[in-house]
Amino acid sequence: GKPEYDLLVIGGGSGGLACAKEAAQFGRKVAVLDYVEPSPQGTKWGLGGTCVNVGCIPKKLMHQAALLGSALKDAQHYGWNIAHPVHHNWSEMAQAVQNYVKSLNWGHRVQLQDKKVKYFNVKGSFSDPHTIRGLTKGGKETILTAEKIVIATGGRPKYPTHVAGALEHGITSDDLFWLKESPGKTNTMCILLSVLHLCEIIVYISLIDTSPDISLECAGFLTGIGLDTTVMMRSIPLRGFDQVSQMASLVTEYMESYGTKFLKKCIPTKVEKLESKGLQVTWKNTDSGTEEADSFDTVMWAVGRAPDTKALNLEAVGVKTNSETGKIIVDASEATSVPHIYAVGDITEGRPELTPTAIAAGKLLAQRLFGQSSELMDYDNVPTTVFTPLEYGCVGLSEEKAVQRYGSDNIEVYHAYYKPLEFTVAERDATQCYMKMVCLREREQRILGLHFIGPNAGEVIQGFALGIKCGATYPQLMKTVGIHPTCAEEITKLHITKRSGLDATVTGC
Amino acid sequence: QEAAKYGKKVMVLDFVTPTPLGNSWGLGGTCVNVGCIPKKLMHQAALLGQALQDSRKFGWQFTEEVKHNWMTMTESVQNYIGSLNWGYRVALREKKVTYENAYGEFVQPHTVKATNKRGVEKLYTAERFLIATGERPRYLGIPGDKEYCISSDDLFSLPYCPGKTLVVGASYVALECAGFLAGLGLDVTVMVRSILLRGFDQDMANKIGEYMEEHGIKFIREFVPIKVEQIEEGTPGRLKVTAKSTKGNEVIAGEYNTVLLAIGRDACTRKIGLDKVGVKINEKTGKIPVNDVEQTNVPYIYAIGDILQDRLELTPVAIQAGRLLVQRLYGGATTKCDYVNVPTTVFTPLEYGACGYSEENAIEKFGEENIEVYHSHFWPLEWTVPSRDNNKCYAKIICNIRDNERVIGFHVLGPNAGEVTQGFAAAIKCGLTKEQLDSTIGIHPVCAEV
Repeated sequence: GKPEYDLLVIGGGSGGLACAKEAAQFGRKVAVLDYVEPSPQGTKWGLGGTCVNVGCIPKKLMHQAALLGSALKDAQHYGWNIAHPVHHNWSEMAQAVQNYVKSLNWGHRVQLQDKKVKYFNVKGSFSDPHTIRGLTKGGKETILTAEKIVIATGGRPKYPTHVAGALEHGITSDDLFWLKESPGKTNTMCILLSVLHLCEIIVYISLIDTSPDISLECAGFLTGIGLDTTVMMRSIPLRGFDQVSQMASLVTEYMESYGTKFLKKCIPTKVEKLESKGLQVTWKNTDSGTEEADSFDTVMWAVGRAPDTKALNLEAVGVKTNSETGKIIVDASEATSVPHIYAVGDITEGRPELTPTAIAAGKLLAQRLFGQSSELMDYDNVPTTVFTPLEYGCVGLSEEKAVQRYGSDNIEVYHAYYKPLEFTVAERDATQCYMKMVCLREREQRILGLHFIGPNAGEVIQGFALGIKCGATYPQLMKTVGIHPTCAEEITKLHITKRSGLDATVTGC
Repeated sequence: QEAAKYGKKVMVLDFVTPTPLGNSWGLGGTCVNVGCIPKKLMHQAALLGQALQDSRKFGWQFTEEVKHNWMTMTESVQNYIGSLNWGYRVALREKKVTYENAYGEFVQPHTVKATNKRGVEKLYTAERFLIATGERPRYLGIPGDKEYCISSDDLFSLPYCPGKTLVVGASYVALECAGFLAGLGLDVTVMVRSILLRGFDQDMANKIGEYMEEHGIKFIREFVPIKVEQIEEGTPGRLKVTAKSTKGNEVIAGEYNTVLLAIGRDACTRKIGLDKVGVKINEKTGKIPVNDVEQTNVPYIYAIGDILQDRLELTPVAIQAGRLLVQRLYGGATTKCDYVNVPTTVFTPLEYGACGYSEENAIEKFGEENIEVYHSHFWPLEWTVPSRDNNKCYAKIICNIRDNERVIGFHVLGPNAGEVTQGFAAAIKCGLTKEQLDSTIGIHPVCAEV
């Protein structure tokens, strides 16, 4: 018989919802399946996917909480009299964030209803190419058939399963944002001094995969709200981003001066529960070769994300995945190896793991399937921002990639160290406030990449991303008059090249 | 500084005629001393006050009562400005530019008389001259204005908290000052003769005004002050302001600690001997007309900055024009200053960034049927948790349908408007179209992605 739905989307996150709602605009019969498998610690959440529940949204809000902590310190330099002591209350923040997220869950459900998209809170898997078996929490089964299917189930945090006790005793970002109680106590409230580092949280990051930024972001805001935080890492941070020279080390340098501790070149070997409260982490220092241990309140893993493709039963229908990553292989039109089955978002191989790209890809896919459009998604020059204490925004190529692609003789890198005006009165250290523009050296001097570290990096980079989409060149940027006084204007004034070796510190107006 | 790079013998004369209340400052001009810099710092102080309130909703706990100390802020700001003044003097010295703190005026062709603070006169001759004397705040010309009122020239170094303030004017200076004064906890009223932010997109101007009103700033519309009297001396004292309606005979009076005049600025061109060298000025406005290479009607005399007729009164424009001028004169360059699509930002409590045409100007120039306006309200993520205004931030772009839907106007009302607008200005310079805008991925979650 004819399939029940024109389109069935498995996964109610950024990509899935965007695709479903767009398809419904064309008068199609659309259904969305969304289900959250609880984390090993038991955390779960509502409709909306990673971004809304355990990603961008709560992350930025907690980042904001940390920034406000800095603002409190700055404010005193600007004349505001705040009586000490100043405390941060995790529960209050968490509840406010969680309430907001819940309002978004609700908002999404209403939107689906408004757009006449049928929503099922079931875990979907393939029975045959056009049939999905949906299972509720209680085990009840629903069978759904569809003409076209889009897989948008995203990814979940990985656990370093080779580390003993990792699964039982550690948490991930899935849990962090939903903790009702603080993951660590502040030092001032630490009573038992005999037990060292009782009030700490450790975040272990391993940089094999892309997007390790969430770990630095979490470590950043945890430090910002007053928690004693340590980051343990195996290799260089922010891999895949601009790791040559500066951007990565500037970000972590700032975090170090800001109070986050770093244990570099260390690999955890086991996590054990202590008799008294807390956890004992043992690790190997690959530099010295010695084994060390310490105790913490919470251990959070941020070792990358992976899709749960096994549960989808993709083998049954022949959808090919990358054997190493488990991600679904798609072509430029988001089609999988099976003609009527598509995939968008974090689950697709070789795509940036970002909400806006998932949304855009999902929308365009729907437009191509049902709206007679032929426009493909352009994954080039996608701007991103890492919301660490000192934010890092970028668009285009990293310096390393540009050198790789064009050769260092054919590119010019303009750079500058600057000081945000607001830091002056606040007496804040701006050592790591830095920007650089990577351009082609030949005549036109087209801009290949732009990198900015500083406050509001996302706001700064967004407009320039547009410029790069228009093929902006260095001369065009220099012709653009700056807005004064802002940080962004310094981009229009970049003129010292790395090649010249001159001091790149901005001086005066 | 640019000219000195070419090995030219350069001299700079800078002199600040004290304000009616006796206030003066160092090297650097308006921007550094009584403009952009102190303004943005005090705006930041006000924003931090708001941040304090927000932070409670994000879990920060501290005493209920938080007060602002004007002197602490002003001292910090003035110290920073002092460091900039010093920095400029050092820079000029390093670049071997001769600097004299003296009032310059032309006495005959190619000759300028420089008079210092003590009245000592010196004469200097030069092959070329550049007039960049900028402007000073205008006074109302009513009884009591110079004696009792202050201007932006005085505000940023005021040695006492201004208290209950009446701001007269509807310029961006007026609104920015009113905005941060209120943000610091002061009782602020703005007296407006007719419209807000003349010359700016009026749709946006009204939204700015609305926001300020909703946040406790009082507006008295369609009135002008006719006299200012002192009730009590002091720092601050008490002043009585009498005002008359522009629409009838109604007269009102009010009491304030401080009256800040922000009704416009006048070019400093009347007393620098321009008649002695034949430089023509616009008699009405005092501004100097120049050609597209910043040359006055006298070939060896140039002018840049706020004193130019039909040009934007902005620091970056002045800097850009100055640099390019010198590169043309001494570096063999031909690039002229591009005054089109210059972005600006008004640092009111709700910031406003703009680049290109206002909606009204676009309609006038291209015709309503040829332009398309795309707009959206947005709620910054950071405002959700503290439950701040959920429908105030706003963005609109104006496109020219006939030219491939090219973006000819960009307007945004929201936090960090300056940072947001800068990049868009670069894109507009590259000929941004609506299609390109649509196909650019947003950074999430930031305001600019809207």
